[in-house]
Parts: sequence; structure tokens; C-alpha cells
Amino acid sequence: MAGVEQVAVEAARGSFDRRNTDWYIDRLVQGVVFLGGISAILFIIGIFVFITKEGLGFIFDTLDLKEFFTSVYWEPSDEDEPEYGILALIAGTASVTGLAMIVAIPFSLGAAIYIGEFATGKTREFLKVLVELLAAIPSVVWGFIGLSIMNPLIIQLFDVPVGLNVLNAGIILGLMAAPIMTSIAEDALKAVPDRYREAAEAMGATRWQVIYKVVLPAAKNGLLGAVLLGVGRGFGETMAVLMATGHSVNIPHSVFDSVRALTATIAAELGETAVGSDHYSALFTIGIFLFVITFIINLLADLIVRGVRKG
Amino acid sequence: MFEISALNQRNKKVERLYRILFLMMVLLLVLPVLVILGTLIVKGGSIISFEFLFTSPTDGMTAGGILPALIGTVWLVSVALLVSVPLGVAAAVYLNEYAGDNWFTRVINLAIINLAGVPSIVHALFGVGAFVIFFGFGTSILAASLTLAIMTLPVVIVATRESLAAVPMAFREACWNMGATRWQTIRRIVLPNAVSGILTGVILEVSRTTGETAPIMFTGAAFFLPFLPESVFDQTMALSLHLFVVSTQVPGVPDALPYGVALVLVALVLIMNSLSIAFRMYLRGKKKW
Repeated sequence: MAGVEQVAVEAARGSFDRRNTDWYIDRLVQGVVFLGGISAILFIIGIFVFITKEGLGFIFDTLDLKEFFTSVYWEPSDEDEPEYGILALIAGTASVTGLAMIVAIPFSLGAAIYIGEFATGKTREFLKVLVELLAAIPSVVWGFIGLSIMNPLIIQLFDVPVGLNVLNAGIILGLMAAPIMTSIAEDALKAVPDRYREAAEAMGATRWQVIYKVVLPAAKNGLLGAVLLGVGRGFGETMAVLMATGHSVNIPHSVFDSVRALTATIAAELGETAVGSDHYSALFTIGIFLFVITFIINLLADLIVRGVRKG
Repeated sequence: MFEISALNQRNKKVERLYRILFLMMVLLLVLPVLVILGTLIVKGGSIISFEFLFTSPTDGMTAGGILPALIGTVWLVSVALLVSVPLGVAAAVYLNEYAGDNWFTRVINLAIINLAGVPSIVHALFGVGAFVIFFGFGTSILAASLTLAIMTLPVVIVATRESLAAVPMAFREACWNMGATRWQTIRRIVLPNAVSGILTGVILEVSRTTGETAPIMFTGAAFFLPFLPESVFDQTMALSLHLFVVSTQVPGVPDALPYGVALVLVALVLIMNSLSIAFRMYLRGKKKW
């Protein structure tokens, strides 16, 4: 009897066993797409590992953290006594990004409010497409614009000897970052539920009152996220600041001073250094610094935006 | 009874004022760029000709055309696409079809955001450290394209994910009920319904890759080469880097030349983006569900 039962059970098991070719293919694909899914993580780790690996020589042998962050002298090619201070480069990046944000924040938030809250129908669609197209202009083209259009314009308007300076790069970077910030800010406004607006309008509020008292407070975090991403973008921008800042190591005292940015230093000098030299590794160390800062900015922006969705 | 009160009238006035104020902001954002693009067309348009597009630079790059740079850009973009499209689509399929809403997915999302946010010059450093030196590809199209592919991966992932998410859940459920496996459902139902959305993302990526300069500077693009690349292990010229070179590195370039290069580059990028946007709008109009 027991034997018969066992046979029956086994037969049943066989017919319910769905592990045919399709099942195995399904499993295989699941593995493959999982690899695709984690590739982004692998690449981020890979970026950090490889730039750290190339920077190690400098970090362990030459790096003096205090000098690195507080010295204004970036003289890596000095044969007797090379100096690696990035304070002036940080000042260059910060001044350009700061001015860019002064230009970009009011205009991009204002434009987002107009596109998201005032404009309707075809106008809105048209403006959105226009903003998207502006965001697509490559950074090397912006750099070229700074070099050949803004430069003579600034010299003429302000009667200064050099037009490649903080002002030039700041305006270029602002124009560059504004479209991206506009789209993100507009998304943040769109995320505010319509019933908030309807409720306010039902109370007799005008369009502006609705925006100012209801929509903006509700979208506050998303807008802050947009600003942060703009800052991150300005911080990491390379070609435009390389071409428009004037590229001289300098702590700026006015917007008409030429400066040099962290990113631009790497772009300008990496080609001239010997692989493995102190100078070469020092440039990778700047890369690590840039990576860490942008990582923190992106993380913050993500946390802030996510905070809204949960609340 | 329904007369407009003084308060109402004042509100209306204020309202109109704000509307105009914000419209001005949009215009101030858009107009300078339009003026700049106009300048590019005026100053660069005269040099654009059949000859400019289809001959090599001559006289130490102060004359002649941009053919090697154009062909180089096509090489770089094509090889980059071969890597990033399959990888990006796989990642998007995983995220939209398999991944649950948990911490691990959040980490992947954060990685994608960061991949898009890391400065382009840091991607270049990574390309040098990983592909040029560690994997031994040297400065080559392969190294440059891999760097570009990793940098623009988020564009494909985000676009693909959006178009996968737009396929209604009911389609998948109906398919599962017929006994299809997950993969059969994805291949026969989900991907065919999302393929045009994925395509708009791919066009966007082509445009992004075309314009990038910093990541290819040290990984595979050269200032000037007298010959065209023949394999992925050769170096190449590229349109974006060519603009940088003729506007900053070469003395004695006639004024119109860099404007012409900039115009071609901007035109390529904007045409591709417009194509992608138009395609997206067409699809939105066509959608049946």
C-alpha cells in the first residue's frame, strides 16, 4: 500500500514541477536584469575606488591636510618646492557658483511659478519645451559663448581690461543651471495637490494669494531640492568655467577678478602631468573632494525632496 | 448686487501685476539665450557649407572643415550606446518589474541620482583610472565611450523606467493569468508597449553624449588627428572637443570658424532634443489607455 501511495505522490510532484525551459529562462533573465539594476551602485563604488586608487600616492606621501585646505598657493609644477593648496580654487568655484545662484534662483523659481501656476494650455506646453531645449545646450558651447560673446561685452560695458572673470562665468553658469532648476521646481509645484488650490480659491483667494499662501509653502522642500541640485550642478560644471573664468589662481575681491575653479584645474592640468607623479595624484585628490561634496549635495537634495512626499 | 467692490478691484490689479512680473522672469530667462543662439547663427552661418561639413581641417586647424570631428563623434556616441542602452534598459526593467519598495531600491535610486550628479570631470578621472590605465585600453574610443556610457546611463534608466511604468498593470495581470512567466510577460507585453518611450530616451542620450566634452578629453579624444579612426582602439577627434580646441588652443583661427563649429554642435543637439520631444508628444496623443 505504502509503495502505491509513494508512486502517486511522486507522479503528482512531477506534474506540478513547473521547472521547464521557460522557468529557467525566467530565472536567468531575473539574474541579468538584477545585474543591470545594481550596476549603478557598482559604478558609483567603482568611481570612488578608482579615483582614490590614483590619488593614494599623493594622499599618503605628500598630502598635508592643513596646507591642502588653507593654502592659497597652487603651484604643483614648481620644481624646488611644489605647493598644493586648493583654498583659492575653492574660492573660485564658490564665488562663481554663488553668483550663478544669485542669477538663477529668482529667475528659475519665477519662471517655474509662471509656467506652473499662471500659464495655461498651449503657452504652458510651449514654455516647457523651450526650457527643456535650453537645458540641452552643451557646456562647451556655453564656455564658447562666455569666451567670445560675453567677454567683449563685459569689457565694453564695464570698462575693465579682462572680461573673463567671476561675473562672466557666474552669468554663464546661471543661464546654464536655470532651465534645469526651472523644470525641477515646476515638478515640485505640480506635486502640490489641486484640491489645496481649489480650497483656497473657494475661500475667495486670488491667484497670487493661492500661490503665495498655499502652493509655495506646500512645495517648499521640493523647491529647496531644486536649488540644491542647481548648486551641485554649478559646483561640478567643468568646460564652461574652464573657458569663462580667466583661469588664474586668485582669491576674488570683486566680480571682475579672474579666478580658477576646482574642476577647471583638473581639466587644464591632467593632460600635462606624468601618470603617477605627485601632481597627477593631487589632481585625483581634488577629484575625490569634488566627488564627496557633490555626493553630499545630492544626498541632501534627495532626502529633502523625499521628506515632502512622506509628509 | 454683484458690483465689483474696491477690494476686488485692488486684488485684480495686484493679480495682473504679479502675472506680468513672473512673465518678465520667464522672458529674462529665455531671451538672452535666444539672442545668443541668434548670434551663433549670424556669425557662424556664413561658414557652414557642404565643404565645411565634409572636409578635414587644414593649415594647422585654421581652415578647412570638421569631417573627422563629426565622424569621431558618431564613433563615440555609437559605442557608448551599445553599452548604455542594454544596461540601462535592464536596470529599468529590474527597478520597475522586479524590485520591491525597500531600502535596497532606495540605494539603487540614490546611486542613479549620484551617477547623474557627479561632475563630468570626475567621470573623466574615473575613465582615466579605470579604462585607460587599469583595464589597459589606453586613450581610445573604447575608453572614452565607456566613460560616456556610464555618465549618461541615468538618462536611459529614467526614460525607460517612465515608459515601463506607463504600461497599465492590468496588461501584465492578464498575461500572468494565461500562465506566462514574468519574462514572457515583459518580452511580449511590457517592452513592446514601452519601446517608443524607450526610444525617446535613447535619442535624448545621443544628444547628451554628443555634447559632453570633459569626460572624453583624457580618455580618447585627441586635439587633432590626420587620419580617421579604424577601430575602437584608435583615438579620435570629437566635435565638442574640437570646439574647445579651435576656440582656446589654436592661435590665428579666423573668427567665423569656432562660431561655425558651435553652431553645428548646438544644431545637432537641439534637433535631436526636438525630435525626442515631438516623438513624446505624438505618443501621448496616440495612447489608447
